[in-house]
Amino acid sequence: MQEHIVIIGNGISGVTAARHIRKLSDKKITIVSAETDYFFSRTALMYIYMGHMKFEHTQPYENWFWKKNRIDLKKGYVNTIDVQNKTLHFSAGDSLSFDKLIIATGSKPNKFGWPGQDLEGVMGMYHKQDLENLEKYAPNKQACKRAVIVGGGLIGIELAEMLNSRNIPVTFLVREDSFWNGVLPDGESSMINRHIKNHHIDLRLGNNLKEIVSDENGKVKSIIIEETGEEIPCDVVGLTAGVSPNIDFIKNSGIETGRGVKVNRFLETNIPDIYAIGDCAEQHEAIGQRRSIEAVWYTGRMMGETLAQTICGNRIEYKPGHWFNSAKFLDIEYQTYGWVHGKKSKPENEVHFHWKHEDDTKCITIAYHKDTNEFLGINTFGIRMRHDIFDTWLNEKRDIDYVTNNLSMANFDPEFYSHYEADILSAYNKQLQIV
Amino acid sequence: MSNKINHSLSIAKPDATDISTKQKLALTTGIIGLFILVLALFNTNFPNKGLFLTLALGLISIGTIIYSRDAYLTKLEGIKNDGVWFKSISSRGVWGWIVGIILTTFYIVLYFFPKYLGLGSNGAENTGLISLFDPLSNLLSRRAASQWFVYGTLYTVAILAFGYKFILKYRHNRYQQLRTISVMFFQLGFAFLIPEFMYVMNNDLPYYDLKSMWPLNYYIFDEWSVKGFLSNGNIGLGLILFGIITIFVISPILTYKFGKRWYCSWVCGCGGLAETAGDSFRQLSSKKMSAWKLERWLIHTVLVFSVIMTTAMIYTYLGYDKNNFWLTRGLFTALVIGFLTLVFAGVLFFKKQELGKDAKYGAIGFFVVIAALLIMHFTGTIDNVFYIKSNSLRSAYGLYIGSIFSGVIGTGFYPILGSRSWCRFGCPMAAILGFQQRLFSKFRITTNGGQCISCGNCSNSCEMGIDVRAYAQKGENIVRSSCVGCGICSAVCPRGVLKLENDNMEGRINPTEILLGNDVDLMDLVNKK
Repeated sequence: MQEHIVIIGNGISGVTAARHIRKLSDKKITIVSAETDYFFSRTALMYIYMGHMKFEHTQPYENWFWKKNRIDLKKGYVNTIDVQNKTLHFSAGDSLSFDKLIIATGSKPNKFGWPGQDLEGVMGMYHKQDLENLEKYAPNKQACKRAVIVGGGLIGIELAEMLNSRNIPVTFLVREDSFWNGVLPDGESSMINRHIKNHHIDLRLGNNLKEIVSDENGKVKSIIIEETGEEIPCDVVGLTAGVSPNIDFIKNSGIETGRGVKVNRFLETNIPDIYAIGDCAEQHEAIGQRRSIEAVWYTGRMMGETLAQTICGNRIEYKPGHWFNSAKFLDIEYQTYGWVHGKKSKPENEVHFHWKHEDDTKCITIAYHKDTNEFLGINTFGIRMRHDIFDTWLNEKRDIDYVTNNLSMANFDPEFYSHYEADILSAYNKQLQIV
Repeated sequence: MSNKINHSLSIAKPDATDISTKQKLALTTGIIGLFILVLALFNTNFPNKGLFLTLALGLISIGTIIYSRDAYLTKLEGIKNDGVWFKSISSRGVWGWIVGIILTTFYIVLYFFPKYLGLGSNGAENTGLISLFDPLSNLLSRRAASQWFVYGTLYTVAILAFGYKFILKYRHNRYQQLRTISVMFFQLGFAFLIPEFMYVMNNDLPYYDLKSMWPLNYYIFDEWSVKGFLSNGNIGLGLILFGIITIFVISPILTYKFGKRWYCSWVCGCGGLAETAGDSFRQLSSKKMSAWKLERWLIHTVLVFSVIMTTAMIYTYLGYDKNNFWLTRGLFTALVIGFLTLVFAGVLFFKKQELGKDAKYGAIGFFVVIAALLIMHFTGTIDNVFYIKSNSLRSAYGLYIGSIFSGVIGTGFYPILGSRSWCRFGCPMAAILGFQQRLFSKFRITTNGGQCISCGNCSNSCEMGIDVRAYAQKGENIVRSSCVGCGICSAVCPRGVLKLENDNMEGRINPTEILLGNDVDLMDLVNKK
């Protein structure tokens, strides 16, 4: 009989692993999920609420795909993993045995013990169920007169954009003194602050949540701000202060966990034949400058690609290439290649060249080594750039002069767009003269 | 869950994405304009037709302009798709069906019962809607209006007014703006005004929209058309030569350099309407694999049909009009067969590997056509097969493909099948350009490394029903014959993954297993198979 590979979680990590295992082998594959019947793109949930797409459009594969590729889908919530007998026990009472198990359960929204955090109308924005909840409590501006978002990260700003699309007033509480400046350098972060305000979002920087106040029916009535004590009446509270691994059900199984499921470079846990990938996996030691838990679409996919090789007999390490990521802040697209650090986390030998367009919606920051001038990374806002070019330049260890002089090679904006490379280069040369 | 909005018939629907007061006023203005046309349709005899026609078209245009300005200029630049799948009209709701039925009915009447629009037959004066357009027709070409003039005018107004709306919607995107200005220009100039002026200069010339190529323009090689051109001296000869050169020289060169978009989304009138008035319906095209399969069979069948039809038709009049044309039946058959063989051999020689098993279907199709032509030529049955009743194949093509498919279904079904169902399933021109685009063109949509997040905005907005995401999430460039290069997938991508480009043929098609960003050794190991 064929080896049975069971994957818990039908997100990008688990599904990528399943697809690649199928390409490489004839093993029996089962994907388990409690969230949805079929794989969907989590990053696209926002567009359903905004009416750009319907739920079925967020499913990258048609429903026949799974049967055709002999990938069994099981809907169920795993209560416990019996590692001795290699069996999963579901909350419905049934069980499923496996030869190899891949844990790819992703994340869940963080809650920091705020008073009232479990009231009705309080939600994260991660699962499909969160979206259904939002649709229930914030269908329009009549039912939801104001929403408060707590936590200024990528999900927070997406939730703000979602609510904005239905003309629901939003108050956006950000703990930091500037949006996402734990990651973004100051120039970029402050540009996004202004962009948020231009969208008529009530951005409150340096504000923390003290408590969520209930009405008589156990539903949100208002929130109170820690710093000022101000009470803001609202119908919905979005908790978007980051995510953490979704691994509560694993805690007593004997599989080693920290914040996430502990894995080595081969994505293996301490129990043979059990692996973890994606948001829920935690490296014993972080890889390079990466975090030990990477809750990013792309890293989930890469771990899936890698683990499929190991499962199919070609045991290889998870060795991601150069860091890259992307996001969209309302109307401004953001891409990053290599490492560009915000003020707080910036290594001492990393220096920045920053350029911003006068229309305040486009800017770039190039990070380079203070002594060697080696190009370390780039953040680009409002200008699309080519992944493969920067990957090559990082491999070739180009210096900042080379990068600024050849930036037009990396441009990926649509045809007929205005180009800013000349502008950027002259700003760069001017900066050199000043120094 | 309630993402599937229930479409109520109530105009006062308490909807978060409701329209503003200004937009309501704009709608009222436009509807009054439309209402004048409806009154004319029901034979209201307006005293000053010129004034009322101006009023009708003016109000429709002004209404659209005010509506668009309020919809887009009140917001920051960016993607404006909020609520597209909530609105009844753009999500196959009640309003979508109502508009679809009205459009379809209009096309049926236009093509088959023009007298109900008021067309005067046997020299009688026009009445009704068509008579309302007489003043404009007289102004342009000193003749009374026909149903085609009415249609052409409304078509042009639609492209101009909704083109303006589209330009505002994408005011951050120069590619979209230039493309839209281009289709507006070609519609107004080449399809509408120039043919009228040509008529004024020489009223024996057949109607000729210079940008409309065979086989989209399936009547250019009709006997009456060819005779019309040839009997008009150098101008006529020049025009028909231009027609032939566009097909065999200009179009292949431009398609090689830019892909079929130079025609389909920058010049073509059918495409122009789809991109402007049809923009709100682009997301309705089916992305299913089954729809793609249907598309490939249907569009190539229409192409084969149109090639055989045109060949047989020309062949026939070459026969009984021997003395009028220097081309003989034998020579003509030899030319057609020679040309098809050249194309087929060339494709096999250069692109056999890329075609894979499609080469087999292509070969079967090719030999069927050649065999049919040869058999018919040597048995002398072309006339018998196709001309038992005069022109039966030609009229069948005109009826089923030219009228019903392209008009009634192609445009009438905008709110149901999406804006490009004719271009996708039926247009033989698109089939030829697409064939070349897939095999001999620099054009592709480049995928940006590993940046795709599979969100699906690209596929959702593809009017041609291409599952763009299926390629992008594999890090693979999109090289599809059906892509008309509208560039909306690139515009709506939230992560900057897609770019329309004309670049080297080398590495244009790049299927990968492991995407950029992962372990370099692993990428090398798996991708270099």
